[in-house]
Order: sequence, then C-alpha cells, then structure tokens
Amino acid sequence: MTLEELQEIAQTELEKQLGFKHQVNVCVAAGCLSCQSDVVKDALQKEVVRRGLENTTRVKGVGCLGLCTAGPLLTVDDKTLYSGVTAADASDIIDALGGSPVGRLDCSIQMPFFSRQHKIVLENCGKIDPERVEEYIAVGGYLALYKALTRMSPPEVIDQISKSGLRGRGGAGFPTGLKWSMVSKSFSSTKYVICNADEGDPGAFMDRSVLESDPHRVIEGMALAAYAVGANHGFIYVRAEYPLAVKRLKIAIAQAEKMGLLGYNIFNTTFSFDIKIRLGAGAFVCGEETALISSIEGRRGTPRPRPPFPAEFGLWGYPTLINNVETLANVAPIISKGGEWFASIGTEKSKGTKVFALAGRVKNTGLIEVPMGTKLRDIVFEIGGGIPGGGRFKAVQTGGPSGGCIPEEFLDMAVDYESLAKVGSIMGSGGMIIMDHTSCMVDVAKFFMEFCMSESCGKCVPCRVGTAQMHDILCKITEGNASTGDVVMLEDLCNLVRNTSLCGLGQTCPNPILSTLRYFKNEYMAHIEDKTCPSGACKIQSPVTGGKQ
Amino acid sequence: METKVQESQKAVPAETPKQAEDRRWRMVDRAMRLHGFQSHALIETLHAVQESFGYLDTDSLKYVADGLKMPLSQVYGVATFYHFFSLKPAGEHTCVVCMGTACYIGGAADIIKGITGQYGIAPGETTADGKLSVVLARCIGSCGLAPAVVYDNEVVGKSTSKTVLEKLGRWTNS
Repeated sequence: MTLEELQEIAQTELEKQLGFKHQVNVCVAAGCLSCQSDVVKDALQKEVVRRGLENTTRVKGVGCLGLCTAGPLLTVDDKTLYSGVTAADASDIIDALGGSPVGRLDCSIQMPFFSRQHKIVLENCGKIDPERVEEYIAVGGYLALYKALTRMSPPEVIDQISKSGLRGRGGAGFPTGLKWSMVSKSFSSTKYVICNADEGDPGAFMDRSVLESDPHRVIEGMALAAYAVGANHGFIYVRAEYPLAVKRLKIAIAQAEKMGLLGYNIFNTTFSFDIKIRLGAGAFVCGEETALISSIEGRRGTPRPRPPFPAEFGLWGYPTLINNVETLANVAPIISKGGEWFASIGTEKSKGTKVFALAGRVKNTGLIEVPMGTKLRDIVFEIGGGIPGGGRFKAVQTGGPSGGCIPEEFLDMAVDYESLAKVGSIMGSGGMIIMDHTSCMVDVAKFFMEFCMSESCGKCVPCRVGTAQMHDILCKITEGNASTGDVVMLEDLCNLVRNTSLCGLGQTCPNPILSTLRYFKNEYMAHIEDKTCPSGACKIQSPVTGGKQ
Repeated sequence: METKVQESQKAVPAETPKQAEDRRWRMVDRAMRLHGFQSHALIETLHAVQESFGYLDTDSLKYVADGLKMPLSQVYGVATFYHFFSLKPAGEHTCVVCMGTACYIGGAADIIKGITGQYGIAPGETTADGKLSVVLARCIGSCGLAPAVVYDNEVVGKSTSKTVLEKLGRWTNS
C-alpha cells in the first residue's frame, strides 16, 4: 500500500457515492438491530429495486446513530432523521426522497440531543458502513497512520499524544502519553499492544457501539500506538457477549490485512504489526489490566499486585501497553490534527470529549459525545430531555459499580475527572444512569454490591469476604431488619475493603455505598428507624408500621 | 516440534474414533491447532467447545486437557471461573434476562420474579421438562432499550413481566 493507492481508493469511493442522488443510511448497530432494523433495510432495498432506482438511490447499513430509544433509526441524505421505522414505511420513505420528509416518522435533527454534541470518537458512526474499509478510507482513514509512519518518529507521536492531554477513557484517567512513553522506554525486542474492549460495567455500551460502528478507527489507533511504543503484535480483548462487535472486528482486521494496512512493512516502511482477537468469557474483573493479561494467557482472570506494571512486565512477561477502545479511537484524529487541537477542547485537566451511554429514567436514552466540562444538568435535561412520565430527578449514577450516585445539588457541576472524584464518584468508562423518585438508593447500592460480590475473583480476602458481608448488611437494611449499629459496621467495612483490596475492583466497590450514605443517609435511616422505604422500591413487611407490601 | 504436536493431536481422537468423526470435535481441534496446542489457547478452545456442543461436559474438559497437555484441574478451574461457560446443557429454549443497571432500574427484577413465580425456576436453572432455561446477564449493552430480554439470540427491548411470560408461554405450550 502506498499513499497514491490509498488516495485512489478514497477517490473511487467518493465518486461512487457522488453518483447516487440519495443516500439512505439505516442503523444496524445492536440497539436498532434488536428492533429489526435489518428487516427495514431489506424492505427499503427491495423497494428501491422494485422501482428501478438502484442507480440513483443507495440504501446501506451504518453504525450507531445515537438515539437508541427511538430505534430503528435511519437518515436520508444526512439531513432527515426518521425514528421508529418499520418495514411497512419503506414505500413512503422512498416516495418522499427529494421532497418533504414523511411527517409521522420525522425526528428533528436540530433537537438538543444532536445539536449539543461534539463528535470526535463517534464522528464516523452513522455515516460509514462499518463492514467496508473503503468507506473508512474515503473519510480520511489510515492517513494518520501514513503520516506517522512516514513523517514522524515514535517519540514525536508520543509527544503529540502527551501534548493533547488525552487521558485513559477506561475510567481511571491515567495520562495516555505518559503510559505510552513508559512502554516505549522499556527495553525489549518484543512488546505488545492490547485494546481493552472488555466493557463490563453494567449500563455502559460505548465501546460496543464504537466497535460495531467504526472498527477501523480502533485498528488504526492500535497501529499508531504500536508504532509509538515499538510493538509488533496486538490483541483486542473483547467480550464474547458482543457477537456483532466481534464479527465486525474480524471483518475489519481481514480487510486491513488484505490491503496491507496490517501485516509486514505497512506503507512500505519497516514497521510491521498484526492484531489478534481474544474473546472474554464474562468476568468483570478482566477489565483490570493484570487480570486481562492473565486471561489472554489462557488462565483464570485474577489480578496480581503492581508493580511491576504491565508497561514493564505484561503479557508473557514482555512490556505491554493496554488502552481502552475509546482512548485508541481518539488517537488517529490527534495525529491528523495535532495535539494542540485536541487540547483546545475540554477543561484544564480533562481534554477532549467523552462518550456517555445515557440510560435509565431519561427520555432520550442512547449514546452521546460531549466536550469535557459539559454541565451535568445539560446532559440530563437538555440532551437527555429530562425525566419521562412526570418523574422527579433524584440522582445520576456514573462509573458503574466503581462509581457513585450524584444528587441534584451537584447538577450544575462540570463533568470532568476531577470534579466527579470530588463528589465521590468517578468518570468510569462512561455509563450514566439517571434515576428518579421511584428508585431506592439503598436498593441501588445493594444492586451494585451484589454485582461486585459475584464478580470478585476471590483472590484476596478483603474483597472476597468484605463484599459478601456488606451485601448481607444491605439486605438486612432493605428488608427492614437492621439497627443503627449496622450502618457504622457498613462504613467500617467500606473503609477496610477500600484500603486493603488487591485490585481496582475491591478498592472501588464501596463507592456506591459511600456516595449514597453521604447524600441519601435519610433513606438508610428511614429503612432502619421507620422500617419504611421512602421510594417504595423495597418491600418491607413490618408489623410496627404496617409497611409497604 | 510441529510434527510432534500433530502426532499427539492425532493420537487423542484415535482412542475414540466415533468422536473423531464428529464434525463438532474437528472445530475444537481446529481451535487448538490454530494456537499451536499451547496452554494460552485454553479459553479460545473452551469457546469452541461451547459453540459446538452448547455446554462443557466432563468428557470435553478431559479432551481439551489432553489436547493442550494441561492438568484437568486447571481446565476445570478456568471453565468454572468465567460466567460465560456453562457446565450444564441448556433447555430447548433460553431466555436471558439482562440485569444491567439500566434494566434493573427499569424493572428487570420484576421480570425475574414473574418467571420464578410461573415456572418455579431460579435464574441459571432449566425447567424439569427441559424446555426452558432462564439465565441472568450482567449487561448485554442494550441499555437504551431497557429492560432487555434475549429469546434464543433475539433481543427484545422494553419488556415487562407480562410480555415475557406471554412469549415464554408460547414456547412451553408448543
């Protein structure tokens, strides 16, 4: 592959696209697929063929369009968005091509859900066909890799990433440039790059959508990372629960290999890089670096003490770089447009944008990308459209089982790594669950503790035993059998587990309890002293008060 | 080294020629061969077994342990560590109820209660007639459609206890 060949592919693809008068893009990511968007796509294609329009109108499958709650979604000529489409609507949609849109399906593209977003990671989602590399090349794909391989030295690539201020999007927010330079300084002829796509947080689907909608972006990011740190082999560790993402990754890797964008002597340079897929098998703890490495090595996914960090001693003992899907998806635009461009977006310490999976009691559930520093209130009420059915906002949960619940008083807070940590939550991988007055915060804490208890790998005692004890106490509280002493015990246990656990799972699992204790202590006390659940979610049967059934 | 490995691979199915003929075992062999029969192929191989047979039984665990020259204890340890692997055969139909945060907030617990009340089986169990298995998922990533339920690989969003029981009723009565 040479630059000329790459440009030729892009040119041919663009000319082909210009040849069509109308483009109908149907979302075929998992969310819309589960509302039968594939049937809609087939119906549209048949309708186009039936009318003999196949030379002027193209119907294609694209990645996530974002507003998952209103699926199946499709766009016409990037101007009109239709929601809730069924196969029966195909004829009307084709009728309306070039004219005014079909009123009953029209979904304003000007609504804040779309207009307030700033897309970097998701810029190709919903625009390109994820199963065709030509379309990715046509939107400028793999040019960043060419630029880096031919005109930049590995330290220059790392320098741009450091300048951009990009931080790990998996949750902890470790500066990516620093991580890369640590691996590049480790002396070894064999190094590995791993893409962590073991998205285990319940309530998070950002990585899945990126992999399903724009897999080449992640592959290009991995190749750039490998070039920067001096690695020649890569692994993508992806959940087996995401069969569509696995399928599209396999297709993308095969296409990239065929075109010489992966393999030996990429772009006729001395750089060689290959990528293999490893399937996870449903263990949340494998999102932790050392546990993930252990799983790729074919063993049980148990973490080990750090140091030594994977940057020095990783996969099979070789220096290993592990980055999250979203982090890697940010790399190619940074190399193309420069670190300073990226650093101009966001807040002082948190640069760029963040993808959030908005879910729970909110009108517009789906996938959004906003600049760091966007106010929580804007995300929930403007982009999210507020609480449906006249509900009252109670809290927003970020960071999954490692994060916390943020109450109404902090809604005007700017979302970045530091401010979330200040209120006792974390950025996490980007799951954002909105809760209204029907959710009981003690019950939510119990839900997360039950999760951590069953996902604890069992290696260290504080996590294995502590999570079970904390879960027991929370059960006692929600059943109305607890005393005030139990809350003191719960707090003690939280601190103990947090301070003495081996890995991130144990160290952060008390967060949901601690944050709800901090902001919603009255709910705990209502369960304990009055034996009632204020939101009515817990079924307390108490002879004293009669309780809720 | 290569020929030696191939010999050992031939040696295992030779003991049970019936199995060797089975196309499904060849899938398992292929997974091991792709990774040069090294121990790090274990999880990939178990995935192949589960895909071929639907679950991991003692025979297949022994077969994999022999193929990769690993102690059976280690294979068993890995097979039981990961939630994705099942050591019991599934029922004729499988209903996966997502228990991610969004689904939980949306009322997934009521769906489970409804199923348990109707069929008397807890998540992870199969009805006595072998028709229906109910499984809990940690999060299938369809949070925008919460609560989500998967019927034999078909994801259905915005489910309620009523719609789920209706669908299951059609399975169990047929």
